[in-house]
Amino acid sequence: MAPAGPRSGDAIFASVERVNAELFTLTYGAIVRQLLTDLEEVDEVNKQLDQMGYNIGIRLVDEFLAKSNVSRCVDFKETAEVIAKVGFKMFLGVGASVTNWDAEGTCCSIVLEDNPLVDFVELPDTCQGLYYCNVLSGVIRGALEMVSMKTEVTWLRDVLRGDDVFELQVKLIKQVPEEYPYKDDE
Amino acid sequence: MGREVSESCIDSLLTEMVSSYCNHFYANKPELAARRIEAIGYQVGHQLSERYTMERPRFSDHLEAIKFICKDFWSELFKKQIDNLKTNHRGTFVLQDNRFRWLARMSLDPTADDAVPQDPSDFAESKAAQAMSMYLYFPCGIIRGALSNLGIPCAVSADISNLPACSFVVRIKA
Repeated sequence: MAPAGPRSGDAIFASVERVNAELFTLTYGAIVRQLLTDLEEVDEVNKQLDQMGYNIGIRLVDEFLAKSNVSRCVDFKETAEVIAKVGFKMFLGVGASVTNWDAEGTCCSIVLEDNPLVDFVELPDTCQGLYYCNVLSGVIRGALEMVSMKTEVTWLRDVLRGDDVFELQVKLIKQVPEEYPYKDDE
Repeated sequence: MGREVSESCIDSLLTEMVSSYCNHFYANKPELAARRIEAIGYQVGHQLSERYTMERPRFSDHLEAIKFICKDFWSELFKKQIDNLKTNHRGTFVLQDNRFRWLARMSLDPTADDAVPQDPSDFAESKAAQAMSMYLYFPCGIIRGALSNLGIPCAVSADISNLPACSFVVRIKA
């Protein structure tokens, strides 16, 4: 039997220290804007945002595991559900849903209807190639890598590009067997 | 109550922003990294003060605007007010937050006197102190941006000689 059950995203979000979302949203916007000025190329900004997200994800996963009390997920399906229902909720305060599973159960979409990152945001014509929320895909990739799953995360739909929701495709590339730091014969 | 996100979101974003500019883009040019971080803060402060003053009458003098920063503006950002405000009545104001939230989780050896720079522009040898002073360019930029949106051009620096208290020194340009 599992020990004390996992906590819901709502319960965790209610218990963590929270801050004014405007500060977060505008700070993220100001960073993107500064990166556009400094890096000039939209593709470079996409890469940088993804990298920043990755770095955040590899650290954030510890907090996630510590506070969520989730036990080991049996499969990738459960992992995706936990990210959408618990992960998004406890950090951003919004829930996401999981859809579009492929037959093998290794590829799905995380759909986000409400996204605090884009409050007040409109992309000018010069930034059409920008994946404004690329930090999020990086966070997911980084966090999953820390729990031994190599993934590819790509945007399928983006409200800033005229779609009705945000849709992130998460594709499991391989599950890396856990390596223990010490071998018996060493 | 407005919308909220977990504090870890803003903490990790700031950490990552500072590290990108200091270790990645301008690894050997801390003054350039500092300028960018300050500029990001400026942008945020400018927009926030625009939002938080929409419903207010115009401030009649500098002191009133500074008081707004100490009370309403700081409360929106940190859920507390500035603890102490001093002025020399000649355009310099010192805003002290006794436990500045963004420094509360940073560790720095308090016994090493020389590790604490008096001002973010003095680069100490210690990496931790340097990271901390880099971090402070962001709130300095926020304050400068907020005041500049209220029509008050100024220079803002931070003093962390009494950690965990942090004092922001605002010098209004004549």
